[in-house]
Parts: sequence; C-alpha cells; structure tokens
Amino acid sequence: MSLKIENLSANIGDRQILKGLNLEVPKGQVHAIMGKNGSGKSTLAKVMAGHPDYEVTGGSVTLDGLNLFEMQEPDQRARAGLFVAFQYPMEIPGVTIANFIRAALQARLPEGEELDAVEYYEHLYKKMDSLKIDRKFTSRAVNEGFSGGEKKRCEVLQMAMLNPVYAVLDETDSGLDIDALRIVSDGVNAMRSPERGFLVITHYQRLLDYIVPDVVHVMVDGRIVMSGDKNLAHKLEAQGYDWVEKEILATA
Amino acid sequence: MTTLMEKPAAAPSAWPAWFQAEQSAALAEYEKLPVPVRKDESWRFANLKALDLSAFVDANPVASEGRLINASTGLKETAAKLILGNNALLHREAGLLPKGVILETLESAAANHTELFKKYFMAQPVELGSRKYAALHKARVAAGAFLYVPANTSVELPIELFQWVEGANASVFPHTLIVCGENSRVTVVDYFKSADQLPAFACGVNDLHLARGAKLTYISVQDWSRETTAFHLNSTIVDREATATALIANFGGAFIRGESLSRLVGEGSRSEMYSINPVEGTREIDQRTLQDHVAPNATSDLLYLNALDDKSRTIFAGLIKVQPGAKGTDAYQKVKNLILSDDADPNSMPGLEILNDEVRCSHGATNGPISADELFYMEARGIPADKARRLIVNGFFNSLLTHIENDPLRLHLEGLLAARLAIG
Ligand SMILES: Nc1ncnc2c1ncn2[C@@H]1O[C@H](COP(=O)(O)OP(=O)(O)O)[C@@H](O)[C@H]1O
Ligand SMILES: [Mg+2]
Repeated sequence: MSLKIENLSANIGDRQILKGLNLEVPKGQVHAIMGKNGSGKSTLAKVMAGHPDYEVTGGSVTLDGLNLFEMQEPDQRARAGLFVAFQYPMEIPGVTIANFIRAALQARLPEGEELDAVEYYEHLYKKMDSLKIDRKFTSRAVNEGFSGGEKKRCEVLQMAMLNPVYAVLDETDSGLDIDALRIVSDGVNAMRSPERGFLVITHYQRLLDYIVPDVVHVMVDGRIVMSGDKNLAHKLEAQGYDWVEKEILATA
Repeated sequence: MTTLMEKPAAAPSAWPAWFQAEQSAALAEYEKLPVPVRKDESWRFANLKALDLSAFVDANPVASEGRLINASTGLKETAAKLILGNNALLHREAGLLPKGVILETLESAAANHTELFKKYFMAQPVELGSRKYAALHKARVAAGAFLYVPANTSVELPIELFQWVEGANASVFPHTLIVCGENSRVTVVDYFKSADQLPAFACGVNDLHLARGAKLTYISVQDWSRETTAFHLNSTIVDREATATALIANFGGAFIRGESLSRLVGEGSRSEMYSINPVEGTREIDQRTLQDHVAPNATSDLLYLNALDDKSRTIFAGLIKVQPGAKGTDAYQKVKNLILSDDADPNSMPGLEILNDEVRCSHGATNGPISADELFYMEARGIPADKARRLIVNGFFNSLLTHIENDPLRLHLEGLLAARLAIG
C-alpha cells in the first residue's frame, strides 16, 4: 500500500517541467521533497491534484493501486483519498469556511444522506481549537483577506476535517512564524498513522525538525535525484544544492 | 374579462373620491403617453416586446386566501406583517409596533392620514423612462402598503410585507410607501410572490422617504413566477444625516424592469443601493438607476451583482449626478456581471455627470467568468464541479449580503439565496 509515482512527465504549455519522476511513499510514512525554487515541486502537487493547466505526457500515479489518472476530475481524486495543501491557496469570495468544508464532506456521503449539522460544527470547532484558529473564522470567506500563515492553517484544518489517505503538503511552512509552525506541525503529527501517508514539500530544513520524515528526497529539474534519511535535509541546509548537482553530473 | 384599460365595473373603489378623480386623470395620461421606443435614451438595449401588455387582464379577488396567508412566512420574529393579494388586503398583524407607527393600506391612509398621503404618495417625478407605466400604476393601484414611523421611534424587529399575485395573466399594482420621521429606525422586508407558476403582470411602485437622521433598511425580495412581466419603480429621498439601505433581490420574473432613483437632499445623507440578480433561461432584468446628489457631503454607494446563465440578459444603466451645490460628494457605482454561459448577454452603461469638482466618484462595470482557479480549488477538496459553481455563484452574491448589519435578517436572506440557487 503506497502512493506511487512512476516515471511521471508533465508539461505546462509546451514546456516540460516534470521529466520522469519516481517516488514511492509507503502508507504510514512521511516523506519529504526538498528542492530549489523552480525545480517543479508545486507542479508535482498540482499535477497529482488534477490542475487543468498541466498536461501529463507520461507515467502514472497510483493510490494504493488505484490509477489517479483514470480519474479525470480533481474532485474524484480528492474523494479517492488524496489531499493537496496548496502553496498558494485560492480565495473564494463569499463562501464561508464552514460552508466550504461542509460541502466537501457532504460530497463524500452517499446520495440522499445528509451531514449532521450539529456534529459537524462540534467536530469543526474541535479541530479549529487544536489548530488555534479563532472560531469566528467559520463565517469568514475562504482565505479572503487571510494572512499567509492563516491560509496555511486553513489548509491544515481542511486536511484534518477531510481525513485523506495520502496528503501532499506544498510549502505549508512558508509564511509561518515559529509558533504557527509548531501548531501546524503538531496538527500534522497528530494525523500521522499507519493508515496514512504524507509527502511534505519544503524549501527549508526547519520544518523537518518538527515533522520528522522517514525519507528525504531531493528534486532537481523535474526529477528525484537523490534520497536519504533526515540527515540529508541537514546536509542540504548546511551546504546548499550545488554539491547535489555536481554529484549527479559526475554519475551521469 | 376586462383588459387593463377598463375599470372593472363590479368592484367599487375603496379610494376617496378625490383620489378616484386623480386615477381617471392618470389613466388618460397612460393612454396618451407613447409606448417607449429603442431610441429613447432610457430604453436603449431594452426588449420592447415585453411592453405588449395586451394579454393581461384585471385580477380577480384571490381564491386561495388561506393558502397564501399560510405561505407568507419569512423571518422568525417580526414586529408586524401585512399581506396583500391581487390588489386587496388579506391579513394584517401589528402586535409589536411601537405607539404612533402606522401600518395599513394606502387606501385607508388616503382617508385617515390624508395630509401624509398627499405629501408623499408618488411625490417624485418619474425620471428613468417609465412615466407611462407609473401613470398606469396610479390609475389602477388598490390596497397598497403604507408605513409611517414617527420621529424618534425605533421599530426593533423587522416589518414584513407580502404582495401576492394569483391567476393566469392577472395584473397587480403593488405599492409600498414608507415614511420615516426624524431619527426613526425601521427595517422592512417586502416580498413579491406568485401563487402559481403562471404568466402575470405586476406594475409596482415603492417610495422611501427618510427625514433627518432616520435609518431605514429596505429589502425587496422579488420572487414572481418565471413567467411574470414586472415593473418596479423605486424612489428614495434621503434627508440630512439619514441612511437608507435598499437591497433589491430579483429572484423571479420573465422580464423585470427596475428603476431606482436615490435623491440625496440633505447634507451628510447616505444611500446604499444594492441588487442581486441571478438570471437564467431567457429571463431579462433591465435596471436603470440614478444617484442624484443635491446636498453637499452626502454619500451614495451602488453595487449591483448579476450572474447570467443560459441565454439570459441584463441591462444596467446607471447615472451619478452631482448637482452644482453638492460639494464633498462621495458617490460609487459598480456593476459586476458573473458570466456563466457564452450565450448570456450582459449590457452595462455606467455613467457620471459631475457639476461640482470637490467630489469623489467612481463608476465601473466588470464582466468575467467563474475563475478556473477557484473552481479547481473547490474540486480539489472533493466538491463536484456543478456544486462548486453554484457555491461560487452563491458566494458572489453572499459577499454583498455582508452589508446587511442585522444578523437574523442577513442569515434569513442567505437562506433564501441558497434556496434560490439550489445549494443543498
Ligand atoms: N503557468 C506557468 N507557465 C509557465 N511556466 C510555469 C508556470 N507555472 C510554473 N512554471 C514554471 O515551471 C517551473 C516549476 O515551477 P514550480 O513547480 O512552481 O516549482 P517549485 O514549486 O519547485 O518552486 C518553473 O520554472 C516555473 O517558472
Ligand atoms: Mg512551489
């Protein structure tokens, strides 16, 4: 059981961004992807979620054996158990967080079954409290006028409510101060379980002190070029990416 | 059956004789005034076919009075309720009105409060194109709603008015006249409803008068059948430091012509003009507005939101007019069209006429589809595209409802909107 990405290639327009990417996150583990700006990390997240701007030109992604690309629509993939916390979450004017998450949960129920409103709010408030999100936010429009950190917390709130099988977190640490980072990390750690896998994309090693990964992957120019344990993240932090690129050239 | 032009012989008028004489004159004026043509400035882009009223007949007294009264439900708590159907009073509840507040039919106001009636009834000239239809309205108006709130009186809970039409091709002439005394406060929700999904004709007038320091929130929930032709001619007169908030929600109708004039006659007055218009099928909403700044340091804020699906049409023509004496004016006018279909036809004509330079004015119109990124974001949470689109449209309108300060009222309107857009 795993989230398995095989030989994945994807374009935006006629520009290739992902160039045969391989990665497997066994269920129950947390993997991290680190890489320089522009290496294609967000592209990977959005391609998995089914963003219409990207064209998959080769390879596959499977969730516990289920072929993601056989599901055309992003909502099908989400209901199949994939969650992507976006680097730049969208603002949705006039749609409250409460109604948004409610619609997302309702969409997971069988036809004709109604979400219990009282239970829903109890559950929502509990998760908000643990992420230290003011309960007043339930009636705020999704991400509208939120600070960077509030947006990221709202992504984690959605993840906590939707209970995915595999979660991809794209730079969920950016824009967070140290307290918020701890709160968000606690939220993620509380969800770590043998029944769930995480792929944590980050720019900084800092996050990985809080969410300690089982495996760290390095992404360069649309490929995973190196994998290791959490010490790899420390080495990248201390020495930058140049040595990685040299090593690849040497072995190429 | 009698046509619109003839007075039904059987129904004796409840109006005083002097008003009946005015009605005869109004009928003559209606007949004399020409039917508008496209080259009339205020009928540009208009669908003139809708002006053929020959199919419509005089309304009979309502047959299903009990059903309509039972269906006249809105807010949980109200101060008073007036229910009218086919140009007659069906029901009145006024238990929680403070002393001195008058809520009754216009007919009885004409008899019992003649001075007030004469001072305020259709006191404003009709400037936005429908003089002919205002004359028809005056000639045929019956019953109607009259609300007077005396000075320094606050009506805490909202007042609800229900104006029904029943029967095929029936014609109704709803009228709401609200007079707010100095420093008074009141909220009114005015529902326009059809007893059945049949063609009908409504020709309504509503006039809001705010004396110094008054605060009025007026909500029109227009929910006529999808086969109704309707005119709604509105005027709002705002005196010193008074604030009028008027929201017009057009949920129904096949063809709606709305004319809304706000005249800021007192220094420091404020008029908020909002409208939400979900349109689909071949429905049309034609709205003409005027923000007339007469007094200095007044504010007017107009925001009209249209969401157009299928082959629907909207027309918005608005004018901000700043009179020479109106220095320090703040005037805003914005129409936003959310385009849901390639066949939809939005027409926007915002306009300014500024005769004083010490002003802040802005006006504009935008057209745009649902954002693909917003849609993707919602789908990425598992919400199917169709539901996501409806939520986004709902959100588009909801962001306007945040201007309504009264929480139970706003929640109620959010509920009506969600029901209208079939958000489960
Ligand atoms: N809409 C777009 N059009 C063209 N190029 C794009 C677009 N979005 C991203 N890119 C390019 O794709 C590459 C990868 O971007 P991205 O996946 O966001 O990288 P990362 O998340 O690793 O910083 C970058 O070179 C970026 O400029
Ligand atoms: Mg990125």
